[in-house]
Amino acid sequence: MALTGVEIFKLLPKTNCKKCGQPTCLAFAMKLAQRQVSLDQCPDVSEESKQKLGEASAPPIRPVTLGAGTRAVKMGEETVLFRHEKKFVNPCAFAVKIEDTLSEADAAKKIDEVLASEIDRVGQKLRVDAMFLSNDSGDAAKLEALAKLAAQKAPDVPVIISTVNPDAAGAALGHFSGKNAVLYGANAGNLPAMAEKAKAAKAALGIAAKNLDELSDLTEKAKGLGIEDMVIDSGARKAGEILRDNTYIRRAALKKGIKQVGYPVINFAERGDEMLESLVAGLAVKKYGSIVVLGAVRKWKDLVLFSLRQNIYTDPQVPMQVQQKVYKIGEPGPKSPFLITTNFSLTYFIVSGEIENCKVPCRLAVMDSEGLSVLTAWAAGKFTASRISQFITESGIGEELEQKELIIPGYVAILSGAIEDKLPGWKITVGPREANGLPAFLKARA
Amino acid sequence: MPFTPPKESYNGKIFELALGSGEKALAIGGENVLSFHGFEGSTPRKPVIAMEVQDIAPADWPQTVQDVYKDVSGDPVAWALHCQDKLGAEAIALRLTGTHPDKGDISAEQAAATVKKVLEAIKVPLIILGSNHAEKDTAVLVKAAEAAKGSNCVIGKAQEANYKTIAAAAMANDLKLIAMSELDINLSKQLNILITQMGFDREKLITDPMCSALSYGLEYTYSVMERIKLAALAQNDPVLQPPMLADAGMYVWKVKETQAPEAGLPEWGSLAERGIAWEAVTASSFLVSGADMLIMRHPAAVEAVKKFIAEMEV
Ligand code: SF4
Repeated sequence: MALTGVEIFKLLPKTNCKKCGQPTCLAFAMKLAQRQVSLDQCPDVSEESKQKLGEASAPPIRPVTLGAGTRAVKMGEETVLFRHEKKFVNPCAFAVKIEDTLSEADAAKKIDEVLASEIDRVGQKLRVDAMFLSNDSGDAAKLEALAKLAAQKAPDVPVIISTVNPDAAGAALGHFSGKNAVLYGANAGNLPAMAEKAKAAKAALGIAAKNLDELSDLTEKAKGLGIEDMVIDSGARKAGEILRDNTYIRRAALKKGIKQVGYPVINFAERGDEMLESLVAGLAVKKYGSIVVLGAVRKWKDLVLFSLRQNIYTDPQVPMQVQQKVYKIGEPGPKSPFLITTNFSLTYFIVSGEIENCKVPCRLAVMDSEGLSVLTAWAAGKFTASRISQFITESGIGEELEQKELIIPGYVAILSGAIEDKLPGWKITVGPREANGLPAFLKARA
Repeated sequence: MPFTPPKESYNGKIFELALGSGEKALAIGGENVLSFHGFEGSTPRKPVIAMEVQDIAPADWPQTVQDVYKDVSGDPVAWALHCQDKLGAEAIALRLTGTHPDKGDISAEQAAATVKKVLEAIKVPLIILGSNHAEKDTAVLVKAAEAAKGSNCVIGKAQEANYKTIAAAAMANDLKLIAMSELDINLSKQLNILITQMGFDREKLITDPMCSALSYGLEYTYSVMERIKLAALAQNDPVLQPPMLADAGMYVWKVKETQAPEAGLPEWGSLAERGIAWEAVTASSFLVSGADMLIMRHPAAVEAVKKFIAEMEV
């Protein structure tokens, strides 16, 4: 259970020595309760207090790292239930299930698909993050053969080993030492042996429970066996069960401080119907999954899920902005229209969407207006004749145009004269006020 | 150690709204918990998916969606019947796109005649939508509302610029009304207040906080919906208790990801499935964030979302 500022204060030296950078111990305590400072910033705190506070100040959802090196994925550490309250912290990992019943060639193909899944999206490199190697055969030798193949072909890709057989687990994990693998499959029947294998390989332990009661029982026992890092599965499989259990788990960890469920959650979305699989995976992205297991890699599915994850994990406090530059829509030539708008991302989406849709190739100048829409930016003095003309001049775009003509949003028609004065040789045309007037406007000119 | 589920209960409840009449009449809303949270409260009504039909052939839809309706899309009645009878649509959303000054400028009278014909032909509830041209919609929706008098259907969208006329028309003809504002809980609240101040019954409203597509602002709509739902339930704010609508298809089938062929962008994969998934993931996200009703276009996307809704029942 998280301590309040006053409770923390009682455990501090109360000397107000300011070494922590805070004016008083109380101020430091308040910040510590909010997790804005860390305990080691106070050099004088006693060992006894440190221990008490350490437990209490641990994040309610334990951080666990899946994989090592550049492809490592951080999980856990979430602080809220709804993204408007605060940014969701660690984007969930997508893992593709690879069964040890597949032929070597088929397994190799799936591993290749994981390796080839990386795409560049709005400046971020996104990919299928991990492989979920599943001991469907029940045969330890088959799982080990698959583990060996995966370790050879994709040594940097994080791995989750799924089996209920501790011996199979040990052999497979041997191929991923130092790689922060997850050993998934610890249940009421095999927990001590599985815990031992996970410890020996320094892997996190994946708890496979039948329900929430059993889950909190198993994590408690695993902790007693010296396991710190866990990934938890309540047994939820249907979409509705995933929503229910993930919601209960997140609430219990954050609001009630229940440590037994304060771990990253693994969800299973794989379905024969891949369209439905996308929606169930999407639910896990939105509702608190940290690892989402998929049945197969498909480029269309990847794009959809990567995009959704990106949307859900953006910071709600920062107005979304588009980079200032001249964007090409379609393949504009020297005669194509040239328009300008502001860099509020919704403004950009709507304007570029309308242009895209009417299939008239254009150049669209997106000007940095600190993420404000056209009218607001104009009112705030961020979208003015001098700033516009400076941007246009510096962009050098005039060189690419046969006739120097700039189309400005109808809402700032009032600026046209002033821009013309500041941009000699340019013609300023007033476009429609709303983006949905653009198709007719552009087609009429074509 | 037994786990005690931390259940949440709220004082507020979403209004239950009846749509249409006869054997295919429906109701939406009525829940006293967040969407699909039947495990801790009451969710008496399943979300409804209305399939979109237009008064003119949908020339600006991507080819992949145009194609599935190519035999019926010239005729709104045939198109609506196809959705109802062949595709199992629970409701029809008739968008009067052709009334837009840039898209044919069809007269209000002619649009009203189309509404009447479609209403007479179908049994499922109808949602009548303007062309989203604030000025023209006032004229068109007034006539359309008269044509739909007594059908208990939905009309919209009333926006800040035109709500007075449209709300008055909905009231006079006893229709349900969609109130749309732009992605801000306070704007939604303000518009709902303005409309109820005219004497419009708040229990006949549907809130449209403005939709968006995956990758094109989805998170804004998603979070505004969550905030509205929480305000309605936890703060028991009656102004925000009307059911919510996500008009998803219209936003989805405009974006590049639903149109760009695989040949030019091999890393994006199959266009057919990408487009359907784009609509289905967008729409199902808004069900999770709080929508009680969706408007969608592609039958395969509708199918996928229906399966998702079925799987969400525990
Ligand atoms: S460093 Fe420690 S003792 Fe000194 S003021 Fe800060 S909290 Fe108090």
